[in-house]
Amino acid sequence: MDRREVIKLITIATGAALVGGELIFTGCTPEKKPTGDSLFGSKELDLLGDIAETIMPRTETPGAKDAGVAEFIAGTVDRCYFEPDQQTFMAGLVTIEETSRSRYGKQFGRLTGEQKTEMLQDLDREARAYRRPDGVTAHYFTMMKQLAIYGYFTSEIVQKQVLRHVPIPGSYDGCMPYNEGDPAWAI
Amino acid sequence: MPNIEYDAIVIGSGISGGWAAKELTEKGLKVLLLERGRNIEHIKDYEHEHKEIWQFPNRNQRTREMIDDHPVHKRDYPLSEETFGLYVNDRESPYTEVKRFDWYRGYQVGGRSLMWGRQSYRFNRMDFEANAREGIGIDWPIRYDDLDPWYHYVEGFAGISGSKENLEVLPDGNFLPPFDLNCVEKEIASRIEKHYDGKRRLIISRAANLSRALPDQNRGKCMYRARCNRGCSYGAYFSTQSSTLPAAMATGNLTLRPWSIVTRLLYDKDSKRASGVEILDAETNQTYEYRSKIVFLNASTFNSTWILMNSATDIWSDGLGSSSGELGHNVMDHHFRCGANGDVEGFDDKYYFGRRPTGYYIPRFRNVNGDKRDYLRGFGLQGSASRTGWNRDIAELAVGADLKHALSKPGQWRIGATAFGEMLPYHENRIYIDSEKKDKWGLPVLAVDVEIRENELKMRKDMINDAAEIFESAGVKNVVGSDWGYAPGMGIHEMGTARMGRDPKTSVLNAWNQVWDAPNVFVTDGACMTSASCVNPSLTYMALTARAADYAVKEVRKGNL
Repeated sequence: MDRREVIKLITIATGAALVGGELIFTGCTPEKKPTGDSLFGSKELDLLGDIAETIMPRTETPGAKDAGVAEFIAGTVDRCYFEPDQQTFMAGLVTIEETSRSRYGKQFGRLTGEQKTEMLQDLDREARAYRRPDGVTAHYFTMMKQLAIYGYFTSEIVQKQVLRHVPIPGSYDGCMPYNEGDPAWAI
Repeated sequence: MPNIEYDAIVIGSGISGGWAAKELTEKGLKVLLLERGRNIEHIKDYEHEHKEIWQFPNRNQRTREMIDDHPVHKRDYPLSEETFGLYVNDRESPYTEVKRFDWYRGYQVGGRSLMWGRQSYRFNRMDFEANAREGIGIDWPIRYDDLDPWYHYVEGFAGISGSKENLEVLPDGNFLPPFDLNCVEKEIASRIEKHYDGKRRLIISRAANLSRALPDQNRGKCMYRARCNRGCSYGAYFSTQSSTLPAAMATGNLTLRPWSIVTRLLYDKDSKRASGVEILDAETNQTYEYRSKIVFLNASTFNSTWILMNSATDIWSDGLGSSSGELGHNVMDHHFRCGANGDVEGFDDKYYFGRRPTGYYIPRFRNVNGDKRDYLRGFGLQGSASRTGWNRDIAELAVGADLKHALSKPGQWRIGATAFGEMLPYHENRIYIDSEKKDKWGLPVLAVDVEIRENELKMRKDMINDAAEIFESAGVKNVVGSDWGYAPGMGIHEMGTARMGRDPKTSVLNAWNQVWDAPNVFVTDGACMTSASCVNPSLTYMALTARAADYAVKEVRKGNL
């Protein structure tokens, strides 16, 4: 049935259809490709790293920075996103920086952990309330959160150290006991 | 100077072509197996098989470039990093969509046998009789009993796992032990059986995955990786590479020629036989001819018919087999992508180990056993139950440690199903040559003009409502019935266009899959289908191919072909 389980990945952790290269249900047409280098310089990568770390922070298990999530997000936006989504995403980074300055008088990276969380919680609320008209891109925070979660849980360190990674199970048990707190399977 | 004379030529190396090559070579014929795409060697060429998700450059997401090059394949799951290179490049191999038709193709040795869904069911008695009884299309020239021994034969070699259920709508077969339902599926199965008094059943699906090794074929048992669509070094699912091709090679009678696009059959009007084929070498653009006593056409449903349409055009302007007026007509698929899903409560202390390569099946219950609907035929339901993973939404957790910890653990049990419905054969649903448009090799392409009609649209309502009702009756919570959107072709079960029948005036092929106008040409892929049933069709192609090959060799031996 695996090839029929296409439906299972269409929403990811935000209640919204996956944004970007998987945007197959919207019939969006390819736009002109940006050529050349990455859209992300070191400043943008740092900001992305701080956003991702706030979404998936280091605790007793690795965080987004440990898992290289910022680089993953940048690569996805560079290679998989079409131009309208890229524009929304990049403008979103600017908006986050501006909001941080106007609200706290500091750039996002300098905020306390609590302030970062507070800001992104508000953004999450805003993104969930956002009703996306046809032909318009998703809310930029939906993109960021989806990519942060996807990048985190598909990284080697998280698949192996946070989840339970068994590449070759070799057998099947359809009724295995589950103890509260046990991690999920990586695959 | 390469040999140009063979006993038999098989065109296409997918599921049915692999079977034709195996059967014909094992019966002693010298066979040339032609494949339009590249070679893929078992094990060695499964380039993505062992990759973990973090080892794909984009973690199995699609790049803009992939999307740009695959305007058709991007529409559904076939376009992905893990199967990249196994589905065609749409820019090189375009076609014309008179109405939207999703044509997902695999041009390589093994064809789509490498990526197929592996669901393997027999047609039932009714499936072969319904057209005649209801006055739809034409009657099949064969009945269930004609195919029963051949089903048995191909099931044994291909390796079909399944449970014996003694159901008229889904005949039992020659099975390997079944895979297991998980504990939620078992519980839901027993509730369904009770609620519907055994008239609706949830059973483990029947799949061409090995629950037990087949040492004679050097094939190991399933390792529960669920990476079948990337190729399997264990040979644990049926593909040309794992199963039929090594058997054919072992005879010493097989010559495999990749990069060979058959442009037409050579037709000798005096003997009323095909004398061989003309090919275009896909790498060099050189043309070659090969001769044989018989030809098996297994190029995949539409491409087999494309070859017929381009053959003997000096005698029949619309091609070999067109004298009936039915060549290219009666296209069918299975319409699906609608059903229901919901939450299952009460199994928080249960999980599973291993990734089962298949799911459950709810056999057809509409318009059988006294049930009567306002449409003809029926559908089956395919699905599975599992716990949600890190991709689930947790509305109350926005960002941070709690979200991370919650997503690191399995979520709620869910169960879902999509229905697969039978599509009737309509003469108006057809393919034809569009000579205005050319592919990368300068060959004219196909135009596809297919739509689902009233019968299918009525059935879809039941497909959604019945799936939802079954789940609700079994205590599933928050059940949502949905139509996820279907366009013809998405089932990847193209059928028809050169149907079998009893009369050369209304069919292209006879009861042995021979073209009426050229009896040494056999068409045994999906093109031959007279009706579609609601079950996945590949097992039936295997059985029809083995049966036709047996007949063909007997006729060759008798000097009739």
